[in-house]
Amino acid sequence: MVKELKAEVKKLNFYYGSVQALKEINLPIERRKVSALIGPSGCGKTTFLRCFNRMHDLYPHNRYEGEITLYPDNINIISPEIDPIEIRMQISMVFQKPNPFPKSIYENVAYGLRVRGIRKRAVLDEKVEKSLRGAALWDEVKDRLNHLAFDLSGGQQQRLCIARALATDPRILLFDEPTSALDPTATSKIEELIIQLKDEVTIIIVTHNMQQAARVSDYTAFMYLGEIVEYDKTDRIFTAPSNRLTEEYITGRFG
Amino acid sequence: MEDIKKRIRTIKFWNSVFWITGLLSTLVGLALLFTLLTDLFMDGFPRLSYKFFTSFPSRFPDEAGILSAWVGSFLVLFVTASSAIPLGVAAGIYLEEYAGKNWLTDIIEINIANLAGVPSIVYGLLALGLFVYFFKFGESILTGGLALALLILPMVIMATREAIRAIPNSIREASYALGATKWQTVQSHIIPYSTGGILTGIIIGLSRAIGETAPIITVGALTFIAFLPSSPFSSEFPFVSFKWLFDPFTVMPIQMFNWVSRPQHEFQLNAAAAGLVLMAMTLLMNGLAIYIRYRFRRKIKW
Amino acid sequence: MAHNSYKKLKEKAIETALFLSALSSVLITIGIVVVLSYESFGFFKEVSLKEFLTERQWTPLFAEPKFGILPLVSGTLLTTAIALIVALPLGLTAAVYLSEYAPHRLKEIVKPILELLAAVPTVVYGYFALLFLTPILQKFIPDLSGFNALSPGIIMGIMIIPYVSSVSEDAMKAVPMHIREGSYAMGATKLQTAFKVVIPSAFSGIAAAFIIGISRAVGETMVVAIAAGGMPNLTANPLEPVQTLTAYIVAVSLGDVPHGTIEYKTIFAAGITLFLITLIFNLIGFWFRKRIREAY
Repeated sequence: MVKELKAEVKKLNFYYGSVQALKEINLPIERRKVSALIGPSGCGKTTFLRCFNRMHDLYPHNRYEGEITLYPDNINIISPEIDPIEIRMQISMVFQKPNPFPKSIYENVAYGLRVRGIRKRAVLDEKVEKSLRGAALWDEVKDRLNHLAFDLSGGQQQRLCIARALATDPRILLFDEPTSALDPTATSKIEELIIQLKDEVTIIIVTHNMQQAARVSDYTAFMYLGEIVEYDKTDRIFTAPSNRLTEEYITGRFG
Repeated sequence: MEDIKKRIRTIKFWNSVFWITGLLSTLVGLALLFTLLTDLFMDGFPRLSYKFFTSFPSRFPDEAGILSAWVGSFLVLFVTASSAIPLGVAAGIYLEEYAGKNWLTDIIEINIANLAGVPSIVYGLLALGLFVYFFKFGESILTGGLALALLILPMVIMATREAIRAIPNSIREASYALGATKWQTVQSHIIPYSTGGILTGIIIGLSRAIGETAPIITVGALTFIAFLPSSPFSSEFPFVSFKWLFDPFTVMPIQMFNWVSRPQHEFQLNAAAAGLVLMAMTLLMNGLAIYIRYRFRRKIKW
Repeated sequence: MAHNSYKKLKEKAIETALFLSALSSVLITIGIVVVLSYESFGFFKEVSLKEFLTERQWTPLFAEPKFGILPLVSGTLLTTAIALIVALPLGLTAAVYLSEYAPHRLKEIVKPILELLAAVPTVVYGYFALLFLTPILQKFIPDLSGFNALSPGIIMGIMIIPYVSSVSEDAMKAVPMHIREGSYAMGATKLQTAFKVVIPSAFSGIAAAFIIGISRAVGETMVVAIAAGGMPNLTANPLEPVQTLTAYIVAVSLGDVPHGTIEYKTIFAAGITLFLITLIFNLIGFWFRKRIREAY
């Protein structure tokens, strides 16, 4: 099988004010695969993930250097000439804590479409159903689409956030420790979902849970102190890491 | 893709429109404040003179001054401060440090929130019924001061509670761990550490009191007073006298109100001058409050 | 041992004194209710509740007095409505701007200045309404009488902007950042995020802010006493002079009203009406604020 790249990170540096948080990062992102970012807390994995949809632009004094090329259009995601909104419309994100809006289940999923100015009920209905099915939530909520999203359980809320992110047909889906606030049952549901979703969308997931990375991802990058220490196929990283630091981390000797 | 680009242009356009609208809405208030001050200044400043501060009101606008008004304001404020501050701070300390969670403290809580929203003139009516006629204090400085004390009491209580709430629990635990009683803890830790916040609240409350007109009119302050209250000092033992507490009085905002309501333009200029003095007092007090808040916030960091 | 029991006694005495101070706030409320009801009770012995609520004229000082509260209530509601038309949109927009758009430095400067608007003595606002705004408005609206509801209404509106904007802004600030990020991550602008996500999330707080604004406008006295006129007038026309509940109380208090007369009692009847109206708003506001505390 020929490898096909969805994105490529080249010499990425990132600064919070004068503090350099990411150093010379190079990383290929394979199309329709799950890439996991692992590493001890504070290693920069979430910072790295948030570069992909320009979340850092929301706060002052943040600065990117280098390139994240999105294929096949060959645009540089972090180029200042490109509007962050344009990027975010193509690259969706699911957060650590479920963050549904104070709206109905239906309106939560339809949010991204409404932001894009889509008003036709038929289009919205179809997209909402498709996304909820995609997030394995449809059967649980189809009879109460107009209930408030807060009525759902934590795990359901997180799947709702996944449905919300799917509704706009993103080209890349970013997950930032999506199960850290959930119980084991809800966690395994989300993990199954991620494995299913990679047939349709390229996924990057940050996790502090190594078993999770091993279960869901095809490729894994181990980060430490703002750098990528090792990147490889997931089974290789977990069975035969080539770097001593990686080995120490995955065997639980630090982190 | 072109569709999306077009859509982004639209939403960003509206975003910018709102950005400007928001800035303007914020500035409307500031612009008004500025206009207000300028207008008062232009009309009132030429009237400000030594004589204006040392003359009684008069039928002749050029001779009229604010002597009885500012003396009255000062004395009323003294009564207000000496009754509302101890009572309000004590109540705030009780509610934060002593009160358990029960129906009585719940009622006190709801009650204070509600009192803060009662119109000032209603406090005037209370003072009229209670102090003027029931306690027979008459239409006096004491009545006026107490009316305003009732009015600012909820503000003082709320400011005290907020200031105390900002003190972390570890401070209390540290004090108790050394064997201090509750009152010792309050006296040597809680009160000193919350002084900045409490002081800020008190000054803002007093600045509100000094500008209040309605309750003072209701308790029957006179609009035309051409004499001063009796002196608080006397030549005989014990050298202080409290007779002034029961004297009739007027205050700055009432003097201004009286002049505003006159049709002659000259009196309206006097009103502007009185307004200018009143604004200066209010702004000074508020500036002081902001300064104190800033100083204490810098000094104490938890 | 003796020292110890003295210490305990002292602690107890202090606690009791503090408790009594806290209780004093309840006594104030009881005082308000008792004084207002006692004096209005005297009023309602002479005037039937039916006349009070349905009569369309309020002329207590005439030879043939009429005691219908409606003109005063309508005057209050009219000036309040004008104030709200000014204050709610401006206050909310300013709050959104300060909470979502304004750079931190600007906000630190603007907020205290904006709050000064609430610190200006209301008699100064009255001066401004009567002698500054009314003449300007008369240039555009020739029918506007020298005393009218419009000018004090507008000034009151500007006066209560800080009440509305400050509490709304606090409520919006309390909305956790990760809720906003959820919206930004979908490609939403600040405007879309503010109106579709932040405002609905902060709904209770914003409602409480609006209620505070309404309650302020209903109870405001000097601006209307100076600039709205002194004639009870059952009208919805903002160009005409009106008298509010508060302005009536001031007007009567300025004259020398003998204790115990019906004129004296009318101000308490007006006062209790005012108190009940603001009480309703305050309780609604309290309920909303309680909901905020439970929200996050």
